[in-house]
Amino acid sequence: MIIHNVRILGGEPVDIRVEGGVVTEITPAGPAADATGARSRGDEAVHEVIDGRGAIALPGLVDLHTHLREPGREDAETVLTGTQSAARGGYTAVHAMANTSPVADTAGVVEQVWRLGREYGLCDVQPVGAVTVGLDGRQLAELGAMADSAARVRVFSDDGKCVSDAVLMRRALEYVKAFDGVVAQHAQEPRLTEGAQMNEGVVSGRLGLTGWPAVAEEAVIARDCLLAAHVGSRLHVCHVSTAGSVEILRWAKSKGWNVTAEVTPHHLLLTDDLVEESPAGAYNPIYKVNPPLRTRADVEALRAALADGTIDIVATDHAPHPVEDKETEWSAAAMGMVGLETALSVVQEAMVDTGLLDWAGVAERMSAAPARIGRLPGHGRPIEAGSPANITLYDPSVRTEVDPSAFASKSRNTPYAGMTLPGRVVATFLRGKPTVLEGKLA
Amino acid sequence: MKRHLISAGDLSRDDALLILDTAEELARVSERSIKKLPTLRGRTVVNLFFEDSTRTRISFEAAAKRLSADVINFSAKGSSVSKGESLKDTALTLEAMGADAVVIRHGSSGAPHRLANWVHGSVVNAGDGTHEHPTQALLDAFSMRRRLGALDGRRITIVGDVLHSRVARSNVLLLHTLGAEVTLVAPPTLLPVSVDTWPCSVSYDLDGVLPKSDAVMMLRVQKERMNAAYFPSEREYSRRYGLDRDRFAKLPDDAIVMHPGPMNRGMEIAAEVADSPRSTIVEQVANGVTIRMAVLYLLLGGEIA
Repeated sequence: MIIHNVRILGGEPVDIRVEGGVVTEITPAGPAADATGARSRGDEAVHEVIDGRGAIALPGLVDLHTHLREPGREDAETVLTGTQSAARGGYTAVHAMANTSPVADTAGVVEQVWRLGREYGLCDVQPVGAVTVGLDGRQLAELGAMADSAARVRVFSDDGKCVSDAVLMRRALEYVKAFDGVVAQHAQEPRLTEGAQMNEGVVSGRLGLTGWPAVAEEAVIARDCLLAAHVGSRLHVCHVSTAGSVEILRWAKSKGWNVTAEVTPHHLLLTDDLVEESPAGAYNPIYKVNPPLRTRADVEALRAALADGTIDIVATDHAPHPVEDKETEWSAAAMGMVGLETALSVVQEAMVDTGLLDWAGVAERMSAAPARIGRLPGHGRPIEAGSPANITLYDPSVRTEVDPSAFASKSRNTPYAGMTLPGRVVATFLRGKPTVLEGKLA
Repeated sequence: MKRHLISAGDLSRDDALLILDTAEELARVSERSIKKLPTLRGRTVVNLFFEDSTRTRISFEAAAKRLSADVINFSAKGSSVSKGESLKDTALTLEAMGADAVVIRHGSSGAPHRLANWVHGSVVNAGDGTHEHPTQALLDAFSMRRRLGALDGRRITIVGDVLHSRVARSNVLLLHTLGAEVTLVAPPTLLPVSVDTWPCSVSYDLDGVLPKSDAVMMLRVQKERMNAAYFPSEREYSRRYGLDRDRFAKLPDDAIVMHPGPMNRGMEIAAEVADSPRSTIVEQVANGVTIRMAVLYLLLGGEIA
């Protein structure tokens, strides 16, 4: 197969030759736009030519933070629909969070999720293991069994809940060193966020919604950085949302500590004002998310941190919920937003079109770095001869209105409905196999 | 005026004055031996109460009935709501019944905003969570205006649990609109962290503020706040922020004392103070009916006979 006329990381037009799921050759884009043409040049091995029409080629995106909801909440998402959604968003690998029902806290559950992903073949599904049994924050789950299972779990997280007990967090950080694991912390001090509904600030005060202070996130991040340094472990911080968290991470990194961090697309674009005033109406739970949307100053700090590498990656925190869990009064609504199918567009809007990041930077933060953190050797590799052909083709030149009904995800809880965002995923290839072509599931 | 009354901030100065002036006219009706007006005959007002609040519900009920509206009381307890029906389904039910106005009391801040997306009639917020209670602020302003005259430049002190108080939020917005100078007094734990962005001043020193107050409004202290460490003990709260006899004496002679009720006598307000002639607490209840008549009348576009 030849992927014809694409620009790797936005560079000069090339043809990418793929054989056996591996990139075999990259040559300047030739004139031939079909297989017949290639064959007429004596190239018998080419069965198919995909015309990239000058799209940008990125290494297949890797999400370190996806909620696939299966098992337990198949009404919101399944491994099938979640990986379809991922493919449409340009992803070739996703990390499935552990807060399913039953919780992914045993080798059995993680293997089941991993196998479903393999069966469907749309996107590699790498399960995340729970840190504690039942996400209960009391007893370590059998992390080693999950690591040794067929799913080869390397990322452990109680995401949705914080491992708030300092001793337990220390032990988890130490324990996973034995198999090169990483603890991905959902940083949320539980006592400071009892009943919390939205960012604590000007808007929450006016709206009479219980505040979710920035310090509840920052205090846990500071503690965990110190713990990780003390025991010499890898720490990953989920969905960083405040300017203060950025400062702490910058400090931790300046010490040379092994700390990485992610930011979600929505925290790069949206602010807490939307809870008070938006086209969707005041108090619309479509904006209810954990951690909450913060202020413009936080958004600016997060963008700068992603640009300078203080925040390593973008992770979607794709969190599907059925309509009835969002079409309620604010306090009764579920927290979370879907994000797989809009992530790249939001990153273009927030980071690329603002001049903060080039396409090489996007590839690093949405593919290479998440693959490194998650220890996925087959992903995030530069598009060059010898790399697995995990490739995303993206056309940044179009602008379209976000239409949730077109999502492959089972859920529609997107905060971007009706917004015009740039760019479109044209095609996604998983080890050479197209999962998306012409923007549609292949 | 807007179609709904959800926040006191929705009211322009002209809107607010129109409601107060209309209430004055309607008050005269209340003094008649036959208190009923035919203006909302054939219109349906639904009282949708997800929280128990007999006082507010009967106040709205009396107001609607005096305007000859049909009143349907829908309380969450024992209804389909307690069996898990969603707010949206309840709203669609009311809509099917043809409610012209829905008066909603709900424990979740913003529930009236959500309701307004699902019904065509006017939504009147009768208290939502810790957000707002605009008709309470209107009746407070009405009560103050009757005692003090125009509120421009009047110094109003609001004391107590501002953080969780829908009464305080609505009062700050409305009194500011009406030109009054509002001072909030509370332990710092019971003020929002962003209170410096509100159109009012803040003090922790009740004794310092009282001599400069034309009206002082005491807020109810919920007992459950004590368990959450907002203040050390009832006694300490009462000593520092309660309006006892000694503090009452520090008020200017013509200043009035207000409380939205229900009171904790001996906690935020001493019995002698609550019962003094300068207390408007009972008037506030009577004025509640009048102001709610004015609101329903203006939202539903009736005419005064």
